[in-house]
Amino acid sequence: MKAVILILALILPLSIHGQHQEMVPVTGGVYTPLYGTSKEQVQVADFFLDAFPVSHAAYLDFVKKNPEWRKSEVKRIFADERYLDFWDADFSFPESLAQSPVNHVSWFAAQAYCECQGKRLPTVDEWEFAAMASENQKDARRDSLFNLAILHSYEKPKTYLMKVGTQSSNVWGIYDLHGMVWEWTLDFNAIILTGESRNYGNTDRGLFCASGALGANDLMNYAAFMRYAMRSSLKARSNLATLGFRCARDMHAEQGQIAIEK
Amino acid sequence: MKNLMLICWLAALLSACSNNSASEERSIEDQEELHAMSIYHLPSDWKTHEGEQIAFSDLKGQPLVVVMIYTACKTACPRLVADMRQIEEKSALAGARQPRYILVSIDPLNDTPERLKQFANANQMEGDQWLFLQGTTAGVREFANVLAVKYKRIDPIDFSHSNIISVFDQKGVLQYQKEGLGMENDEIISKIVEISGT
Repeated sequence: MKAVILILALILPLSIHGQHQEMVPVTGGVYTPLYGTSKEQVQVADFFLDAFPVSHAAYLDFVKKNPEWRKSEVKRIFADERYLDFWDADFSFPESLAQSPVNHVSWFAAQAYCECQGKRLPTVDEWEFAAMASENQKDARRDSLFNLAILHSYEKPKTYLMKVGTQSSNVWGIYDLHGMVWEWTLDFNAIILTGESRNYGNTDRGLFCASGALGANDLMNYAAFMRYAMRSSLKARSNLATLGFRCARDMHAEQGQIAIEK
Repeated sequence: MKNLMLICWLAALLSACSNNSASEERSIEDQEELHAMSIYHLPSDWKTHEGEQIAFSDLKGQPLVVVMIYTACKTACPRLVADMRQIEEKSALAGARQPRYILVSIDPLNDTPERLKQFANANQMEGDQWLFLQGTTAGVREFANVLAVKYKRIDPIDFSHSNIISVFDQKGVLQYQKEGLGMENDEIISKIVEISGT
């Protein structure tokens, strides 16, 4: 019995660090999201987040082991025609892209990649919580220079060609949340913006139950608004040049359900 | 004993990926015939309101009319359910061969088979054409993403969600979606008749 416990103790840390890429612990907390469940604050539990976005090279490993996610094999219901658009074959992409963030991946593909590593996509709240940190502050959203830098990066073309980990990390030790690619989140389809339904008359009550309960809590955060608008426009089988992903995992097993449900 | 526990542990470690490939393998002989856009590719398992385990691939060969609801819903869902009943009734009158009408819960934590069954009884949706499904949290999200249905829990009881009724053909391919409440049902009914045949 002791031996088993010893083995557990040896395997457990390996299962976190021994996988494709390094994960960073993020201590949870309370924050007010741009689009919350009303004006209420959201509790984010402790979680691990990949320090870097998944690269083309790492994604190549995944498709080698999982034939159903190869460019020629993928089912159209899970990824549209632009899946891995920069790849010229199942195992081949321009050499210069190896360390750049993988893009043209669908939500289904990103989720499968994370699952294969015993991880999952981060929730919108987890992603936003980690992404409000600057190089030296956990919540830098009131820092106008920080916000300005993010907004400027949204205007730069082809940032998806950059190499992961070449920008400086935030205070958690996480790289490239800003300035490179948008990233998939587990519950991107929970983002419901009012005004999407103008085809249905001047009220959208017909489209969404209780839609009146949703609204912007912090319109000043224009960069976050752009991310939410982008998420709400996505379909799960979309593949965009400007959209990649990284994975997350619960820090405490029993919190999984809470993180996802919230 | 020690060895056994170790094996179990290792199996658990590897399970995330091997589960996936197991379900891939299970259906590999069917892959050839399956349409690339078919929902039969979905690996998720579901429970019916009768408590039976079911996958979408078990519904092969039948047209499906699908809506996502939750039973505690007081706002839009009663109207969605009324829409479904009206569509079912009129399609039957129009001579369509009966498709399956499926109501998938977006609240799998609360909508147990028992609760779904009560809901079916309360709404007089007891015939074989009606099917209520409870999934897993992940399975429901995946399915909603296939339908492009958005939903968010806004308090312990209620969800905000899109009101979309979807029609799938005999191959499990999405053919039509009706979005919004209180709209005319003529178009969706003629689509169901077209797909189902008379």
